[in-house]
Amino acid sequence: MRAQIAVYGVLAAVALIAPFLGLYPVFLMKILCFAMFACAFNLLLGFTKMLSFGHAAYFGASAYVTGWLVTVQGWGTIAGILGGVAVALLLGLVIGAIAVRRQGIYFAMITLALGQLVFFVCLQANFTGGENGLQGIPRGTLLGVIGLGNDRIMYYFVFAVFAAVYVLIRRIVHSPFGQVLRAIRANEPRAISLGYKVDRYKLVAFVLSASLSGLAGSLKALVLGFVTLSDVSQTNSGEVILMTLLGGSGTFLGPLIGANVVVTLQEYLSDLVGAWVSVIIGAIFVVCVLVFRRGFVGEIQRIFAQRAR
Amino acid sequence: MTTVFGVPLAAILGQMMLGLVNGAFYALLSLGLAVIFGLLGVVNFAHGAFYMLGAFAAYIGLASFGVNYWWALLLAPLAVGLVGIAMERLLLRHLYQVEPVYGLLLTFGIALIAEGVMRSQFGASGKSYPVPPLLQGGLNLGFMVLPVYRAWVILASLIVCGATWLLIERTRLGSRLRAATENAKLVQAFGINVPLLVMFTYGAGVALAALAGVLAAPVVQVSPLMGSELVIVVFAVVVIGGMGSIIGAIVSGLMLGLIEGLTKVIYPEASNIVVFVIMAVVLIWRPAGLFGKEQ
Repeated sequence: MRAQIAVYGVLAAVALIAPFLGLYPVFLMKILCFAMFACAFNLLLGFTKMLSFGHAAYFGASAYVTGWLVTVQGWGTIAGILGGVAVALLLGLVIGAIAVRRQGIYFAMITLALGQLVFFVCLQANFTGGENGLQGIPRGTLLGVIGLGNDRIMYYFVFAVFAAVYVLIRRIVHSPFGQVLRAIRANEPRAISLGYKVDRYKLVAFVLSASLSGLAGSLKALVLGFVTLSDVSQTNSGEVILMTLLGGSGTFLGPLIGANVVVTLQEYLSDLVGAWVSVIIGAIFVVCVLVFRRGFVGEIQRIFAQRAR
Repeated sequence: MTTVFGVPLAAILGQMMLGLVNGAFYALLSLGLAVIFGLLGVVNFAHGAFYMLGAFAAYIGLASFGVNYWWALLLAPLAVGLVGIAMERLLLRHLYQVEPVYGLLLTFGIALIAEGVMRSQFGASGKSYPVPPLLQGGLNLGFMVLPVYRAWVILASLIVCGATWLLIERTRLGSRLRAATENAKLVQAFGINVPLLVMFTYGAGVALAALAGVLAAPVVQVSPLMGSELVIVVFAVVVIGGMGSIIGAIVSGLMLGLIEGLTKVIYPEASNIVVFVIMAVVLIWRPAGLFGKEQ
């Protein structure tokens, strides 16, 4: 427990002074947004063992809606974010209700196909700008006084939201509801035989995960000022899986670390190697699945657990 | 001129023919996926990548070695099938003991690698592959002129699907395959080399995807990304047909191609999403798929 507090203390301190260490705030915010996305995704994959292959749908749809609301409709920043999250929540409710009827591999394929449906809707709808996407999204102000146009102020805003989401996810996992999710993860038929309405628990987890993914997408739209089709694409869904898997699915810190690694890799490699980025990402996937299924944090935990014995 | 819902009948029939061509590809691809899933329990995300590799094998064969279309039809599936066999031996085999989602993730990673390698070698733009001389020209069907090549695609796909069905349902090898699908351990105990069967089944499924790729090369642009969107539609087709059902894969592949073609005339905006919508409806109504069995 003391070690945990120390780890979080150090992480929070690093995050708080990071903009003064010469790191580009927009890059840091991008990492935080994807880390939030991965943490939300991990709520499903890690703690309920449901592999959604279409999570970009909620991230991207919410980003589009928030972008459209603040740019075209002139909504405020917070209202725009909430509008986006509400759409992600509804999408999660509809898609989740269909998908939780099947398990495992079927669940993955169904979420993938319905995610692709959302992609095509975004491609063809008018408000998304089609192939061009949305550009010039203003960040607006917080409570009408704090201008978020300043990168450092925006950074602390994003960090605060991320920290709140992180605490919320920990709270969810440790709640009685989260314990039921873990029971479903461990043995679904047993959870059913104990009288739990498993599908309902899974649906609630799905909707929570979709909404928080949407929140991450909305923030990303405001941070970067644009939304494109790649935010809602299957590639993005694949990347969030990789982040979670690489860092350690079912751990709290794993997705955060995975997001750091993957976003940093993409940022620096895309200039260096071009199309080879997808080869490298694919190779990491293969290695992860074959020999590194616990991820970074999972492996560290295993080593510590062995020592303790 | 005859019209239905204000659309000329000729246009409807024409689009249905074209839809059937797409359906032929869906059927070939979902057939391979269903066979692989049935025996290995792996959802082969790399199926689209193997389809793409089949098309590229034909393209490279013609451009660099002068291998004509007919030889490509034979050699490309063989070459890609061998790649598949190597992949099963070296990588997939280690995942049969863990949960099936890892097989999906592994093949997803392999698809990314294959696409990335081809993109860095050939760029993202499409390459055109000529229609073989024997299959040029058109057939006048009265309501439309159907290019001979497209008619050939439908015919070839029906023959291959039918042959595969016969092989699985009516031969000794097929009965072993079906038995191993039901209970691999028991079949192994009877002295049948199941790992070998699994390896060749994966190879054969992949070769079917490559064959679809060669058939598609003259009608679509050969590009590194040609498989990645298609594979998701094919996944939806397999879910609609019922996972692992051979006949379900063939019938729903052709049927969804037709429906997609119809949607193109009646409500073009929805033609990209109609398959996914149908999938959602089928899942609500029959969660196991049209031809699937409830576990």
